[in-house]
Amino acid sequence: MTAPPEWELVVGLEVHVHLKTRTKMFCRCALEYGAAENTHTCPVCLAHPGALPVPNARAIEMTILLGLALDCEIAERAVFARKNYFYPDLPKGYQISQYEAPLCGPGRFLLPTEEGDREIGIVRAHLEEDAAKTVHAGGTTGRSVGADYSLVDFNRGGTPLLEIVSAPDLRSADEAMSYLRLLRQTIRELDVSDADMEKGTLRADVNVSVRRAGEEGFRPRWEIKNMNSFRFIGRAIDAAFRQQVAAHEAGEEVAQSTYDYDDTTDRLTVHRSKEEADDYRYFPEPDLVPVEPPAELVERLRGQVREQPGDRIRRLAGKLGFASAEELVVTGNEWKAEALAAEGLEWKTAAAVAMNRGDFLPENAPALARIVDANLTREALDEAFAAAADGPIDPEDYLLRTALGDEDALAPVIEAVIAAHPEQAETYRGGKEGVLGFFVGQVMRETQGKADPKVVNQLLREKLQRG
Amino acid sequence: MIDTLRLTAEEANRLLEAGEVSGAELFAAYRAAIDDRDPELHCYLHVCDEPSGDGLPIAVKDVIGTKGIPTTAGSKILDGYLPVYDSTVAERLKAQGLSILGKTNTDEFAMGSSTENSAYGPSHNPWDPTRVPGGSGGGSAAAVSGGLAPWALGSDTGGSIKQPSALCGNVGLRPTYGTVSRYGIVALASSLDQVGPVARTVRDCAFLYSIIAGRDECDSTTVELPEPVELPEGENLRGMRIGVPKELNETEGIEPGVMEAVRGAIAKLEELGAEVGECSLPQSVEYGMACYYLVMPAEASSNLARYDGVRYGHRADATERLEMYKQTREEGFGDEPKRRIMVGTYALSAGYYDAYYGQAQKVRTVIKREHDALFETFDALVSPTSPTVAFPLGARTADPIAMYLSDLLTIPSCMAGLPGLSVPCGLSEGLPVGLQLIGPQFAENTLFRIGHALERAIDFDPVPERLR
Repeated sequence: MTAPPEWELVVGLEVHVHLKTRTKMFCRCALEYGAAENTHTCPVCLAHPGALPVPNARAIEMTILLGLALDCEIAERAVFARKNYFYPDLPKGYQISQYEAPLCGPGRFLLPTEEGDREIGIVRAHLEEDAAKTVHAGGTTGRSVGADYSLVDFNRGGTPLLEIVSAPDLRSADEAMSYLRLLRQTIRELDVSDADMEKGTLRADVNVSVRRAGEEGFRPRWEIKNMNSFRFIGRAIDAAFRQQVAAHEAGEEVAQSTYDYDDTTDRLTVHRSKEEADDYRYFPEPDLVPVEPPAELVERLRGQVREQPGDRIRRLAGKLGFASAEELVVTGNEWKAEALAAEGLEWKTAAAVAMNRGDFLPENAPALARIVDANLTREALDEAFAAAADGPIDPEDYLLRTALGDEDALAPVIEAVIAAHPEQAETYRGGKEGVLGFFVGQVMRETQGKADPKVVNQLLREKLQRG
Repeated sequence: MIDTLRLTAEEANRLLEAGEVSGAELFAAYRAAIDDRDPELHCYLHVCDEPSGDGLPIAVKDVIGTKGIPTTAGSKILDGYLPVYDSTVAERLKAQGLSILGKTNTDEFAMGSSTENSAYGPSHNPWDPTRVPGGSGGGSAAAVSGGLAPWALGSDTGGSIKQPSALCGNVGLRPTYGTVSRYGIVALASSLDQVGPVARTVRDCAFLYSIIAGRDECDSTTVELPEPVELPEGENLRGMRIGVPKELNETEGIEPGVMEAVRGAIAKLEELGAEVGECSLPQSVEYGMACYYLVMPAEASSNLARYDGVRYGHRADATERLEMYKQTREEGFGDEPKRRIMVGTYALSAGYYDAYYGQAQKVRTVIKREHDALFETFDALVSPTSPTVAFPLGARTADPIAMYLSDLLTIPSCMAGLPGLSVPCGLSEGLPVGLQLIGPQFAENTLFRIGHALERAIDFDPVPERLR
């Protein structure tokens, strides 16, 4: 008897981002993060009797722009639809969304990996309005059950929300997170959203199922709702994989349901089963006419789609290696490396500086390139980068503060430090190389931060080994 | 002395412009008439004490939002609700200096054909107070007919302007869908609702329409009128081709007296020079009603979801969210909204959508095409507005289907988004009969022209006999 094939993870993501428009999706209320509660409301977003929605043209353009970047088919006729359900943060009793005819139809997203590109299908990208924010007060749990009362802040209600639905093409938690990071970077570069999980401008629903390698079709999936941390998304996917594999192997039924991830237990618990699932009674929104984007508009927007971050990862991977290239691009630090490299810094150095240092004014790039190259003290570097964030800097102010790199000068200091800490030296020789950092710190302290870390590292290794 | 029963808006305007009367005097005269006769007729749910402008007074149906003036839509769930903004039509009235006299009675959320579904009690027909004024806009129609307003605004989803106008002897226009803003109108069925004028003459009706019509940025479904509104003047109809759809004129349930008055009016149209020909709307009449009673409740079930007690209006005293929703809606809505919410929710449910709502939308396209085809031959179609004259209060309240059939003849053209004008064309059993004129999209001027010529020829006295 042969062993059954390995289990394969199947993940699809539904990513929601708040669009960076000035006003809400269907009214003229300003969008302002952190404003006092219920100060940006009107009859439309409070659903007073008779109020009618008027679509935000900029939000429609932003949706098309993102759709083009995701290689989506742009609808000639998109239809807003009502998704009906009751909740206090949904004032109309329905959310205006898109159902059968979204603005952006099938597309694809190329995810660069060490082994080449993976093509992740995009099922659709559609535009809708966000709900308001409910705060459950009193009680002990902070959730609606057991709360003394609930308060609703309608400032967020009606924020344009773009939902990007991927095909179930992702095969690992890491891959899902790479996809999410690169998608976030794509969104940010198009300037359609801040896509910031901490502020709630980026949220994701994660669909997870498993199947035997080589198996056709999909098994029932679990939907993990409203994830707002990258780390938890990865952990939740892994937890779902473990739990589903265990269930399948034990011959238990895995039913399609909504799950919550509990980070304290690292387990998923069922939120709502399919039997209780809402029937949203979708139907075309009769208060709005279909959206028919003119071909000229679509072409103009197509012209605004620049080189994609994925393309640049591929290009930079040759210079930096894949992992560094990916990190540099998806963290949004690439421009700094680009600016420093353009001033003659070696790419790897430029990338390391870009990752480890804060933002600076682009005009300071030539000065910073010289400063980085000059082997200055850490203190001088810190000061130079801090100043470079605020205004123009003069490299001459820093260039004299070179790091102490003279081996003859450093050797006695290093020897003294080693002699003062025999136990740690013994630990190092025993194979715990991590202790090196401790010695570097001691040397830096003795030299008031002026020692060149590279030289210190090298000398320490030699002398500890010899010890 | 201002005779509020006979004064037309046009004449009142002339008096105002000539300085023979002030807006305040006009307002006071109608207020006095209201104080005198409204206890019997119950046209108003709220009466304003002070004129808001220097111009003519006007009555406004209570589904039309008016800033700072109670707007209940005839429902307990909006008891005491004060709108924080003006509907676009209210703004347009105010911009013309018109003064809102008060808010007129309506079936709850405009759901009904008699005002008997109003949570605040029915209105009474000025021609015979034991009878209904029609509905849902019975309050506006009875107010105009009873001299409690020179003119009024109503709203029409499946006949709520045309049918009460017919039953009270008024001229009422349901405009082409999309010509009058719905912004600020308590919604029943968004794809059908239209605001329109109720008046004593066709010219008044046309003038009021010209004030409220036109594109509104706040209502995405509105359009600019392709041509300006013309006040009708001519008295002959030479060259006008008028179709008589047999299904709208020969349907079972049309009272003989009604048919007789309508036939008389059709003969008058011919005398005035119109070419009259028979035609047919087989599918529109056969399926119109069924189709309407899927589309309308489906949209209503969604439109009424906002009345949840969270932000405004009635809220039941409950400690838990779901319980609060249930009790609020149980206490706040009457039987008819509940019935339509249930039917509409069902029609939109997963597994039923295609068979019901989806299918109804397809039928709607068929109805529209069937009408469009007739307008290649005819400039307008005629039929009775209502199969019957005003019926006694209570006669149909126990039988919702009988009540629904009151709108049998008005519904098909509403489903097609077409304009319809009801003009009085005589009496049957001492009660007014209305003639329905249906035109193609944006053909209001044609309807006004025909209606005006007919009005002159018939010389109908709009003042109820008992009040003369």
